[in-house]
Amino acid sequence: QKVSVEVLDHLEHLALVDFRDAEGVERLQKAIEFADQLHEVNTDGVEPMDSVLEDRCLYLREDDVTEGNCTKELLENARETVEEYFVAPPGNIPLPKLGERETFLQDS
Amino acid sequence: QVSAALKEGHVTPTELCQRCLSLIKSTKFLNAYITVAEETALKQAEASEERYKRGQRLGVLDGIPVAVKDNFNTAGIETTCASNMLRGYISPYNATVVQKLLDQGAVLLGKTNLDEFAMGSGSTDGVFGPVRNPWSYSRQYKEKSVPKSHSKDKEPDWVITGGSSGGSAAAVSSFTCFAALGSDTGGSTRNPAAHCGVVGLKPTYGLISRHGLIPLVNSMDVPGILTRCVDDAALMLGSLAGHDPKDSTTIQDKFKPFELPNLTDVSKLSIGIPKEYHAPGLSSEILSLWSKAADLFRNAGAKVVEVSLPHTRYSIVCYHVLCTAEVASNMARFDGLEYGHRSDVNKSTESMYAATRREGFNDVVRGRILSGNYFLLKQNYEKYFIKAQKVRRLIANDFVKVFRSGVDVLLTPTTLSDAAPYMEFIKEDNRTRSAQDDILTQAANMAGLPAITVPTALSERGLPVGLQFIGRSFQEQQLLTVAKWFEKQVQFPVIQLEEVKRHDHGVFQHQKSSSFS
Repeated sequence: QKVSVEVLDHLEHLALVDFRDAEGVERLQKAIEFADQLHEVNTDGVEPMDSVLEDRCLYLREDDVTEGNCTKELLENARETVEEYFVAPPGNIPLPKLGERETFLQDS
Repeated sequence: QVSAALKEGHVTPTELCQRCLSLIKSTKFLNAYITVAEETALKQAEASEERYKRGQRLGVLDGIPVAVKDNFNTAGIETTCASNMLRGYISPYNATVVQKLLDQGAVLLGKTNLDEFAMGSGSTDGVFGPVRNPWSYSRQYKEKSVPKSHSKDKEPDWVITGGSSGGSAAAVSSFTCFAALGSDTGGSTRNPAAHCGVVGLKPTYGLISRHGLIPLVNSMDVPGILTRCVDDAALMLGSLAGHDPKDSTTIQDKFKPFELPNLTDVSKLSIGIPKEYHAPGLSSEILSLWSKAADLFRNAGAKVVEVSLPHTRYSIVCYHVLCTAEVASNMARFDGLEYGHRSDVNKSTESMYAATRREGFNDVVRGRILSGNYFLLKQNYEKYFIKAQKVRRLIANDFVKVFRSGVDVLLTPTTLSDAAPYMEFIKEDNRTRSAQDDILTQAANMAGLPAITVPTALSERGLPVGLQFIGRSFQEQQLLTVAKWFEKQVQFPVIQLEEVKRHDHGVFQHQKSSSFS
């Protein structure tokens, strides 16, 4: 089954990355078909595996401050800063909906 | 050998550094390096020379020129991951492995080229262009290539290095450094190592710190080691392995660096030959090499048995889902706000993020992010992501069963064929290529096991072919011991590069004698 335009649009919003052209959508389609092969495997009673180190205890350390005070270095790589802030454009404005923004998906 | 030479005073660290730097310049057409840190390298070499003069060298690595793949953070040196997203990004810190090398006195020559964000199996998809395999310019390859009668192009039909650590492999193979760091998520260290005729080691997951390695798949990434011989790999491993408080996925067991014994008696060894690794597309040349290698062990008295890893053919599909899912998460940090490229679009935070990512990432990266997000959607989570995690356990269990049955080490091919010409390789897209090329190397990442590729022989086209050994978790000593024995048996030929101008036969011979241990 082909992926619906609603889902494609939803993905663009979630990922904040666009499909750009038919090839992008085709690529996703092929990726899904490829992944469908997983369903050939019988996984009844098998637990999902998060990490190969699951049998070990995670390393924890004392909650003491051991490093920091590197504000200058951290701000150096950002393009727009004001005093000790990273500057972002206005937030809480969602990406325009499908009909209103320039996206390849509009034509599909 | 070079390290001994430094100690004896036959050559000084600055001489060595300068030779490597000039060799880098004369092999620029390989495009193995993105950034060459000439000034800092010379300073490090000078400091090393001082230490040698005072008889106070820091260790075997003191003064040895090394290269690092450009997805490791290096303080003060640009780290790009071959992507527009991080162009101009100067790291404020050193990755733990880089720091360890520097603390041992190694001289960091520069950052090597890769596929963008380490996604790919050819080192062809980075923004700085593809890496050329040094063997394309070797006498061995040229002798075997059919001259094209109507080729207007004076450029030879150069072959790819494999990927994604192609730059590192090319650097080691062309003698511009003595060891290099790569990363291995699906075979990214072993694949180019095999194609470039060098040793590529993927350590057990959790042995070497990933702090500072820009992550691709957190549960499978490991820093990889590329060297010209197995002893060197063991040395590098000794300097890099061990618990790092900054990486909670490193195990806490104390690591004891080891020297490899010269194994003479293999009769107590049990070598497993997994039949599923006779994958579709495996070239008959490699199949016969694999079989000859098995015979080699058998004739020397080792027990060679056929074993089965039934879920091998699903490892690529499983990887595809898990990798894209983790990539979707890991790439979310690139929004232009704190570092890296930032778009000029300023209407809203979201539109700025979207534009930055559109401008910064190439098609491969964007494709994986979108696929990953698809598999992580609520309606798909169980069906794809959780399912893949279950299949992962089955794959890991396959290995556990085989090792439990008494097999010490598995012997498999590393690649399906020798290196492809660039023009052939780019005819298929990145995902197809990765799916084809990673099939023999991926499962070791899935199960977190150590694996090493050892250059075995030259193909009919005069290009290197490697064979892979997969070992038990954290049993690198056993794995490398077997690999060293094998390396000694096969006596892989040294590359004969003609286009490299030899300034001084004496020192070049030194470098040609491959190892620094």
